[in-house]
Amino acid sequence: MYGTGLAKGLMLTLRHFVESYVDDIRYGFRKYHHSTDNFAIRQGTKTKGVITVQYPDEKVAVPERFRFIPFLIVEDEDHPTRSGKDWCTSCGICAKVCPPQCIWIVRGNDPVSGRPVPEPEAFFIDIDICMNCGYCAEYCPFDAIKMDHDYELASYDRTTHHIHDKERLSKPNSYWRSIAPTRAYEEMLARGAWEHKDAAKEARRGAASARTSAPKPAAQPAPAQQTADKPSPEAAPAATAPTAEGAAPWTEDEAKREERRRKALGRKARRAAKRGG
Amino acid sequence: MKLQELNQSEYPVPAELENNIAITSLSQLYNWGRRNSMWPMLFGLACCAIEMIATAASRFDFSRFGFEVMRATPRQADLMIVSGTVTKKMVVPIVRLYNQMPEPKYVLAMGACASGGGPFKEGYNVVSGMDKYLPVDVYVPGCPPTPQALLYGMIALQRKIDGQSIANGDDVPWYGVSSAEPTPVPVLGPDIIDPRQMDMIRRQAEAAAAELPSIGARDLPAATALVAASATADATAVADAPPVDGDALNFVLPTGAAPWAEAEDIREKRRLRALARKALRATRRAVAAEEE
Amino acid sequence: MDLAAVAPEKKLDSTSIDEAIAHLQSEYPDAVSPDDREGYCGVIVERGRLVDIARVIRDDLGFDYLSSATAVDYLGAGDHLEMVYHTYRTSGGPALVFKAQTDRDNAEIPSLVSVWRGADFQEREAWDLMGIHFPGHPNLKRILMWEGFQGHPLRKDWREAYYEEDQKPFDSRWPGGHVHRAEEKNVFGKNVTYPPDIDLGRLMDTSEAAVYQSLGLGVDVERIMDKDGFETNELVVNMGPHHPSTHGVFRMVLTVDGETVTSLEPVMGYLHRNHEKIGERNTYLHNIPFTDRLDYISSMGNNHGYVLAVEQLMSLGRKYNPPTYRCEALRVMMVELSRIVNHLWAIGFWLNDIGAFFTPVLYFVQERERILDFFEAVAGSRMMCNYMRFGGLFGDLPDRLKSVSNLTNDRVRDYNTMQFLTEMINERIPRTIDELERLLTQNEIVIERSVGVGVLTREDAINYSAAGPLLRGSGVAYDIRRAEPYSIYPELDFDVAVEDEGDMYARYRVRVSELRESVRILKQILPRLEATAGESIWADGKPGAYAPRVPHGEAYGRVENGKGELGYYVVSAGGRGGSSNPWRYHVRAPSFINLTPMGIMSRGHKVADVVGILGSIDIVLGETDR
Repeated sequence: MYGTGLAKGLMLTLRHFVESYVDDIRYGFRKYHHSTDNFAIRQGTKTKGVITVQYPDEKVAVPERFRFIPFLIVEDEDHPTRSGKDWCTSCGICAKVCPPQCIWIVRGNDPVSGRPVPEPEAFFIDIDICMNCGYCAEYCPFDAIKMDHDYELASYDRTTHHIHDKERLSKPNSYWRSIAPTRAYEEMLARGAWEHKDAAKEARRGAASARTSAPKPAAQPAPAQQTADKPSPEAAPAATAPTAEGAAPWTEDEAKREERRRKALGRKARRAAKRGG
Repeated sequence: MKLQELNQSEYPVPAELENNIAITSLSQLYNWGRRNSMWPMLFGLACCAIEMIATAASRFDFSRFGFEVMRATPRQADLMIVSGTVTKKMVVPIVRLYNQMPEPKYVLAMGACASGGGPFKEGYNVVSGMDKYLPVDVYVPGCPPTPQALLYGMIALQRKIDGQSIANGDDVPWYGVSSAEPTPVPVLGPDIIDPRQMDMIRRQAEAAAAELPSIGARDLPAATALVAASATADATAVADAPPVDGDALNFVLPTGAAPWAEAEDIREKRRLRALARKALRATRRAVAAEEE
Repeated sequence: MDLAAVAPEKKLDSTSIDEAIAHLQSEYPDAVSPDDREGYCGVIVERGRLVDIARVIRDDLGFDYLSSATAVDYLGAGDHLEMVYHTYRTSGGPALVFKAQTDRDNAEIPSLVSVWRGADFQEREAWDLMGIHFPGHPNLKRILMWEGFQGHPLRKDWREAYYEEDQKPFDSRWPGGHVHRAEEKNVFGKNVTYPPDIDLGRLMDTSEAAVYQSLGLGVDVERIMDKDGFETNELVVNMGPHHPSTHGVFRMVLTVDGETVTSLEPVMGYLHRNHEKIGERNTYLHNIPFTDRLDYISSMGNNHGYVLAVEQLMSLGRKYNPPTYRCEALRVMMVELSRIVNHLWAIGFWLNDIGAFFTPVLYFVQERERILDFFEAVAGSRMMCNYMRFGGLFGDLPDRLKSVSNLTNDRVRDYNTMQFLTEMINERIPRTIDELERLLTQNEIVIERSVGVGVLTREDAINYSAAGPLLRGSGVAYDIRRAEPYSIYPELDFDVAVEDEGDMYARYRVRVSELRESVRILKQILPRLEATAGESIWADGKPGAYAPRVPHGEAYGRVENGKGELGYYVVSAGGRGGSSNPWRYHVRAPSFINLTPMGIMSRGHKVADVVGILGSIDIVLGETDR
């Protein structure tokens, strides 16, 4: 019969229209309250259809793994020894792994001796080239470069705003922990401390020497505890674990690493022997 | 007061009156109406277009800002959202479309590609940024920008419109006294040719023929200022010119005059500043240690 | 001859690849030689006999489907150009690969258009980008670049204006990485180089005839444009590249007699962003995020194809661990989810094209938003997922799909991942498909507009190398997931959707069935994910290296993507230790090759139907033009 096709389409629209009100009643109009719980209902799998996000007044928070423009992690301001220090050691892996090659790094040199220091002198990311792929963050061995969640970057002038230099890129470690608590926690476990790998190593070395020599009142694990009280609830109780004697997750790693090192040395020796023979 | 009168050269607004209450409130009203009825042109270039459609769809819905009436014809559009990679082949129709849009008109470069070439910048068929050909008002970074990032860019555009004044002719061309010139449409030759650079191409060919020291990029502003009235005339002049030596067109850029030489200075300064900061940190640390 | 006696002639079309090659060699000992380069397969055919042997391959050996024709420039490794043809049987099974070689100057290889019409666009592409001349080709014009462009860009010695180095990573980035913009280094600042004999005068010719002359239309534009006299009865109508219904920057030039289309010439390249040239500068890993931007509706599928191709190469080496079961299950889940996104999008926009402007799209893409939310939480981006790695994945599923407040007014959400997936797969997506079918399948408007329109016969579909729903809508039950299975598809239970009519409606029906089959697959994946929870996604428990070395050889990895067969032809030309950058990286794009029969499908229909036919092919320009 002619006309049914049109009627079908109109019925569909009508049904969606009515359904939105049925949904309202089902959730007791809670959907319109500007609270987080209701937002999760509105934007979840339970509601029928999709409901508009009232963008500047409410924003869909992005998930932890979300990636936009990279940023560099520096140590928190309140860190006792390394405040404001870069995590980046200018090893250049991010620049090599960057598919469109939008990262420029000037390796730091000591002004006196001229030898390379583990800190970039300059760091640039051209965000007009960056493809937000996240490789730099994925392959950074020092967890020093991460993908930011701030997407509100529109500007009127790209020449001055779109090449991010080191100053613009640097954000404190606490910022990373606030935007990605779970991942920051996982990385902490892998690293062994909330601070940079080197700092952790120093702290451990310090702790070891302290234990053998005179005990000092200034406890080395303090920074870990200090910073651990901030992140997400499930991270907090476990975060103190590394400070506990013996239970530290890195001790295991240390043993494994030692074994690996031994094996590598063995391989090297064998290779050398083979080459000689 | 009629709006048209304001735009005519016979009635220039004196500088001391520019912030006059009548004009500023008229500007406000005018801008309010305009920014809330921005009609984008319905055309998508690449990946970003999909996110643009997602922004137009029910979940993000840019009609809340008055952007919903997407027009397929440039004659009815106020805003061109350059949503994706601009290729050399595509920039020709884009410039033509821009010329067909009535004033006032705005360009929003969506995503890294439209802003500066994006990940495909090095490609031989990719234009390194829409602003190489058209005046871009707002750049939205991201690859692709999420719908919310695009909405933010649109709000930024509205803010920009808010700041424009109908009293100030220098602000935007369409409030000025002169009619705007259409942007010259690029030509597809052996590579894309911007008619505004015809003269430069010709001069380089001549320089190559005469084996003079080559022209560097630094000469660009001067060269464009010297563009003759008709690009076609220049073109025919080149056609008549003797064939040039091929190697001479491989330019050796003069070292002193290169634009990035300036950047070198800035970089040096930045480096020194960084070193100073570093020294400061070291002293601060030393002081802290002493205090302990 | 002996072999032919042993294997009767009628059995030849079901022989194995080795037997087929042996047959060719024994029949044509002087023209066919095996390709014995390390890691290569197939045969090299003497180019003078190419057309004859191609006929034998098609008719006697039964390899009736030309999947891909690729040109490779072996500069410095033999200094020849090579055309590589991958042919398949539509009954299933692996490829018979044959190659023809020619020298770099004066490159010439006979055209295979007379054997497979599907070679048409691919040979034009090879001419455009590699500069191989194909005698016998009916319309050998540039296809991606414009007519008059200087040089053939994919040749290894051709350098683009922003050329920096042959291979990434570039040395200027580190350790002395002083930032520069590429335009600063270019005299004109516009990514251009000009040849020394540039003739500016001729370029100003923008007359009607000059605009259309490069298209190779079958009509005399001058005569048609002539306004005097009554002999003019045809009209040239240009559609695109800026047209709301060409799915991006696609352009068609129609010759119409009244309202009826007499010929159609697709014009593309408006989004040609040099994927392959950039891909050959990139390292293997660099290319994964670039593949996202091919078919930007279903980036997961693109990742999968490329990763399979490189894994094929890597498996030639000694140190290679195949992906774990959980990894494969996750891959299949992601790919099927993007197939659903792709088909919903395709059907929605096809409706757009046949007149139901935008409203149905809004209803069909709402499920897409949920799926994209899932992708965003798992892979990090809504569209450009960049999720798969060689031998693994970017990451396992998170326990919870949780967002974190960062900006002002951010509203967070927190769902259990498996619960979210279960609800999506068991409730929401089937509900949307039901709604879609209720609205469309028996809808008289859809039936009136689409039944009998844009017919592609079974023979033509195969001969034109159509793929995906376009091929299956014409009665060929060819789905790579069944014909040459990869990943864990062999153990999954699903049917190949196929319809016999070959019109727009049949293609719509195929898409709807595939939506249902995808849901069926996803329902089988869910228990597999639960069973493997906790298992690593990496075979050796840790992520792969950032600069893998890939052994010498060639590989053709292909997957059944939403739009059809997506293939990647990757050549690794490293030394003993392998290479870190592909020597040749070619994408067999379904959207590109599916446009080859566009002309015959539209002939005789109205202009308004052309838009619908294009929509029913389902192209995406990122892939068409690459």
